[in-house]
Amino acid sequence: MEKVIAGATINVNEEGYLTDFSQWNKQIGTDLAQEANITMTPRHWEVIDYLQSEFKKEVPLSIRKIGKSGVVDIKEFYQLFPMAPLKTASKIAGIPKPVSCI
Amino acid sequence: MMIILSKATLENVYAAFVLANGARMEGIEAEMFFTFFGLEAIHKKKLEHLHIATVGNPAMHMPTLLGGLPGMEALATHMMKKEMERIDMPDVHEFLDILKASGVKLWACKLAMDMFHYTKEDLYDDVDGVITVGDFYKQGSGVGTHMLFI
Repeated sequence: MEKVIAGATINVNEEGYLTDFSQWNKQIGTDLAQEANITMTPRHWEVIDYLQSEFKKEVPLSIRKIGKSGVVDIKEFYQLFPMAPLKTASKIAGIPKPVSCI
Repeated sequence: MMIILSKATLENVYAAFVLANGARMEGIEAEMFFTFFGLEAIHKKKLEHLHIATVGNPAMHMPTLLGGLPGMEALATHMMKKEMERIDMPDVHEFLDILKASGVKLWACKLAMDMFHYTKEDLYDDVDGVITVGDFYKQGSGVGTHMLFI
């Protein structure tokens, strides 16, 4: 379905995840974060950059991987994205919903 | 999500850990209560040596007599741990670290602690406390709280 955000029209699935990463830009990320009541800081963007680079490498994401990323530890990850961090951060990053159970 | 773990077989411990971690990943609060043999999952000296059950476990598809042979449990456990590493499943200690970092509360059952003569010092360092079953119920008295027994 289509969604208008940050002055652009993007394609999202029924849960609000972008279906085409090429449509993503930083302003869209900022507005998606606001919908999740998160105000982006440089620290948030470092994590989003990491998630996007893993997505481009087609590496599946998990909480354990985040903890070992060297970018952010699990505790801080939960502080930055308090509700459902991996899902929320993936949505902001414009990448698909993670399918990991761990 | 309030999860009570009463068993120390690896498959049960992992089930409880995955459920607790999965709750946090969805933004749901999670607390765990370790009672009876479940205490071994947070016992410093024992948590690295948990086994899967080869006897009395029909899903092993192994005759009970064979499952009872010396070394069988160790062999099955070794194979399971190898598979777990392949699917990126952490070991018990690392899983506890992940649960704590994710905000899961870990409680030890006072009655079981007394029964096994364990002290707080025997337990994984970040256990939140030793409490009674009543205390645990109080922790989970909020509306919409679910409780799981494993």
